Amino acid sequence: MSEAVSKAGRWIDLANPTRFINFAGIVLPWLAGITLLVLAAGLWMSFQAPDDYQQGSTVKIMFIHVPFAWLSMMCYTIMSISAIGTLVWRHPLADVSAKAAAPIGAAFTALALITGSLWGKPMWGTWWVWDARLTSVFVLFLMYLGIIALTRAMDDPAKSTKATAILTLVGFINIPIIKFSVDWWNTLHQPASVIRMGGPTIHPSLLWPLLVMAIGFTLLFFTLHMMAMRNEIWRRRVVAMRRIAARSAERRGTQ
Amino acid sequence: MRLVAENLAGGRGGEILFSGLNFALSGTEALMITGPNGAGKSTLLRIIAGLLEKTEGHIRLDGAPAGFENVDAACHYLGHLNAMKPVLTVEENLRFWQLFHGIAHITVAEALERVQLGDIGHLPFAYLSTGQKRRASIARLLISYRPVWLLDEPTAGLDKTSEEQFAGLMRDHLKGGGIVIAATHLPLGLDNPQELVMGGNGHVRTRRWEARS
Amino acid sequence: MLSLFLRDTRLGLRAGGGMLVGILFFLAIIAVVPFGVGPDLKLLGRIGPAMLWIGALLATLLGLDRLFQADRDDGSLDLLVMASERYMLALTVLVKCLAHWTTSVLPLVVASPLLGLFMNMQPSAIGATTLTLLVGTPAITLIGAVGAAVAVALPRGGLLVSVIILPLTIPVLIFGVSAAYGAVEDPAPFVAPFLILIAITLFFTVIGPLAAAAALKSSAD
Repeated sequence: MSEAVSKAGRWIDLANPTRFINFAGIVLPWLAGITLLVLAAGLWMSFQAPDDYQQGSTVKIMFIHVPFAWLSMMCYTIMSISAIGTLVWRHPLADVSAKAAAPIGAAFTALALITGSLWGKPMWGTWWVWDARLTSVFVLFLMYLGIIALTRAMDDPAKSTKATAILTLVGFINIPIIKFSVDWWNTLHQPASVIRMGGPTIHPSLLWPLLVMAIGFTLLFFTLHMMAMRNEIWRRRVVAMRRIAARSAERRGTQ
Repeated sequence: MRLVAENLAGGRGGEILFSGLNFALSGTEALMITGPNGAGKSTLLRIIAGLLEKTEGHIRLDGAPAGFENVDAACHYLGHLNAMKPVLTVEENLRFWQLFHGIAHITVAEALERVQLGDIGHLPFAYLSTGQKRRASIARLLISYRPVWLLDEPTAGLDKTSEEQFAGLMRDHLKGGGIVIAATHLPLGLDNPQELVMGGNGHVRTRRWEARS
Repeated sequence: MLSLFLRDTRLGLRAGGGMLVGILFFLAIIAVVPFGVGPDLKLLGRIGPAMLWIGALLATLLGLDRLFQADRDDGSLDLLVMASERYMLALTVLVKCLAHWTTSVLPLVVASPLLGLFMNMQPSAIGATTLTLLVGTPAITLIGAVGAAVAVALPRGGLLVSVIILPLTIPVLIFGVSAAYGAVEDPAPFVAPFLILIAITLFFTVIGPLAAAAALKSSAD
């Protein structure tokens, strides 16, 4: 009797993720297809775009660098929303979403840093400067890695969920503070070297490819995020099934 | 083959727990060490295994098979802890111990079958229940050959059925000419084992041993 | 013995991302240096090799306390010690150290050129620092094994291990850093300190496991 009740309870718990997996199965092929189309279009537009008269062809790195940088921040925002979802509404998928987003966010941040320094080498003559913006993105990257390390250190999702959510939120509050203090710290030492692209002065011939690329990479992010969430749900099911297998082997042994 | 302990004394933290302890076991014989907590049962086992220094006395293995002249090398030790890594699967754990201990006896799959874990060898050790973990640990005794088994509360965490199965495994080992020394509170289901009662305060008597000699 | 190496490597890769934490710690140490000394690229480039060495040293010490503690906690250590008739215990310790170095320290060495870029180091300085780290860090692990073995019986030996080990690793640091600088700055020699560094590593390959084995043997209770 009690077993039947617990089994029913488990099915209700699974209902939501199960629906998600079905939903993902339908949506993913379309989403992936659209992503590919938009990215291909964006790439084509990027190559058609004229070279900058000052920066030459290196300006094309911007077409992937800027979307990566945007997404690195968007991903953290999504993780923070998921963290609130975990802590406030205890939504079973929120935790999955946060955990799945962290490695993707870390990858986008790393790509933003790498493409940035590829651009910086010919522009500034060095791979890296401790500029305010670069430094705060680097700190963001460290926080992603810290969150990943925390989720991996605790193998029981029930335990790691809340801890990770709390850490994510503290990080979200902390990022503006870090950004602010880094700005202050940097201007104190090197006021002249803050180099960045003037946003509004960008020419439309460069702006359009950039926007298309940004949309393409955002779609790519959602595709990857959905796939990672599905994997995470499946991984948890494998764990649950292994526990059941261990228990059922016991029951057979004692009979 | 004969395992002989003469005038053995041992203790922990400078305190002597037992002294003047003598016993001799030949192949096919079992020794049960009983007594209250803190009497020195585990200490005695660890001294035989060579993990603790004895205060005085000798332990030797007479007429040992080749390769087992040294007492430590001739012993399997099953302590309170299972010596298994939770993140590795049961099979990975056992295969490692088989390679490390050498002298393969039966295969890992056969050993798992003998302890009724045949189906779940592919699971990480962490997923197993307490009794299953203990049985996996017992399988470690089977996969590499050692003539002497040193068992510290071997049936802790086992249910009735598993206890009986384990008694069967011990009887097989004895039948093959092996020696079993077990510290235990419970009867282990062995035929006519010797019993060493450790009474605390260094007081030791051997019950059935005296009756038989 | 190969089986022990494989088991420990597998554990290092699988168990809870310990490798990631080590790299992250290294990264964090290097990241805070510019905040401390200021974002002056020339200065960072000059102190870069030393900072990489200190960062790698601290990150190496980080996981060392688990070297034997993990095996002690689950009872494996007893069996490893008991097998000393078949395999010399010092050899077992050496193999464990090698596995630990491969999984937790080698990634640091691999990551160090990247961090060299952050410190605005010259390519030659980056190469020299990576090479000296590759040669010198095994010595730190092997010295650390002694500390880990001595502290294995303590319930919270973690910090203690670092405190015991740090003074003993100073020679490694001295010769590692001076070899790294020797490759960049002209008057300073490179070969002599580099060879001494190799000698230190080889020396501790013998002494470290022997001492650690003796400590493990006596610590059993």
